[in-house]
Amino acid sequence: MSTSAPRATPSTPAERARALLQVMKNRALVPDGYIEQLTQLMEHQWNPQNGARVVAKAWTDPAFRELLLRDGTAACAQFGYTGPQGEYIVALEDTPTLKNVIVCSLCSCTNWPVLGLPPEWYKGFEFRARLVREGRTVLRELGTELPAEVQVKVWDTTAETRYLVLPVRPAGTENWSEEELQKCVTKDVLIGVALPSAG
Amino acid sequence: MDGFHDLGGFQGFGPVPHRINSLSYQPVFKQDWEHLAYSLMFIGVDQLKKFSVDEVRHAVERLDVRQHVGTEYYERYVIATATLLVETGVITQAELDEALGSPFKLANPAHSQGRPAITGRAPFAVGDRVRVRDEYVAGHIRMPAYVRGKEGVILHRTHEQWPFPDTIGHGDLSAVPQPTYHVEFKVTDLWGDAADDGRVVVDLFESYLDKVQGGHAVVP
Repeated sequence: MSTSAPRATPSTPAERARALLQVMKNRALVPDGYIEQLTQLMEHQWNPQNGARVVAKAWTDPAFRELLLRDGTAACAQFGYTGPQGEYIVALEDTPTLKNVIVCSLCSCTNWPVLGLPPEWYKGFEFRARLVREGRTVLRELGTELPAEVQVKVWDTTAETRYLVLPVRPAGTENWSEEELQKCVTKDVLIGVALPSAG
Repeated sequence: MDGFHDLGGFQGFGPVPHRINSLSYQPVFKQDWEHLAYSLMFIGVDQLKKFSVDEVRHAVERLDVRQHVGTEYYERYVIATATLLVETGVITQAELDEALGSPFKLANPAHSQGRPAITGRAPFAVGDRVRVRDEYVAGHIRMPAYVRGKEGVILHRTHEQWPFPDTIGHGDLSAVPQPTYHVEFKVTDLWGDAADDGRVVVDLFESYLDKVQGGHAVVP
């Protein structure tokens, strides 16, 4: 019986990525500027600050909030925040008794234009395996302790819908401007693992 | 495909390696090759039009399990893209091996040719009680195993339709567009009391679902 462990490959991930790039370049399959342009989008334009702007506007503009909850795609399109992996957007409304959290248990699906590319921990096996089954426990371990009366609702991103969480506006922010409100809407708030804080 | 990638509910993992709001998330890419993963993938999808994003997901699922466990996230997308470019005849294994200077291990071949969607049924409505079909699909499918055979309630039917993943995920362009449904499940219906109380909502293609006729109890 063979019980051998997998053999270490003689190459590194970086070497394999560059080997594939080299083969594609040799075949003239890489359009000029394509990688640079997409990388610019991924590194800079798809950013959780986009989602923070959407949430802050929804907190201060009831008509926009209604649109965001009824047609998230149209609401985000007003800012130009649609595109690859953000073409059918649904906003998830937290309430004083409901906490929404997003995951992709099968891979890493995320609302790229609104939240930015997913972080390593979101794509990691731990979060993908555990959140759907023990959401409250995972949130507690991450640093978000929820009262018993708050129900946890986990949204598994398994098709084309891409989500963002619309959290409850924190107390103590009544007179804040949209710009100030944006600062308490972090990437972790948009994913749903964190609550916005006025402090 | 009942593969390792289908992680929802898998036990044995430790804490999620994160504390809320502890990261700036800049720079986005931590290593100087990571941006190549999605870039090269999208060249295959958008420029060459040789495969779909669904096929990329399926190719990642086809990684040998031992390789899957030991790879980094972006690495898996490099391997998937290389696999699909070889399978569609755009490049060859020999070219990859030569550029790398050692064997470039690709994903395993598919177990299946894929399957068509179910058509001709009435759509489901918000509030309908539905059961996820008790089906075992060897190829690509966007139904996490933890909802197979389970009952839930429809919260939303999408107003757009997309090619059925079980078809397009195999490169079969006859894939029928279908709406998806946000189906809410009680966590205790999925894992009993071995789970936290709460709800899980899964975005399921129409072909994965049957309507539960009113009043009939779940078979115990």
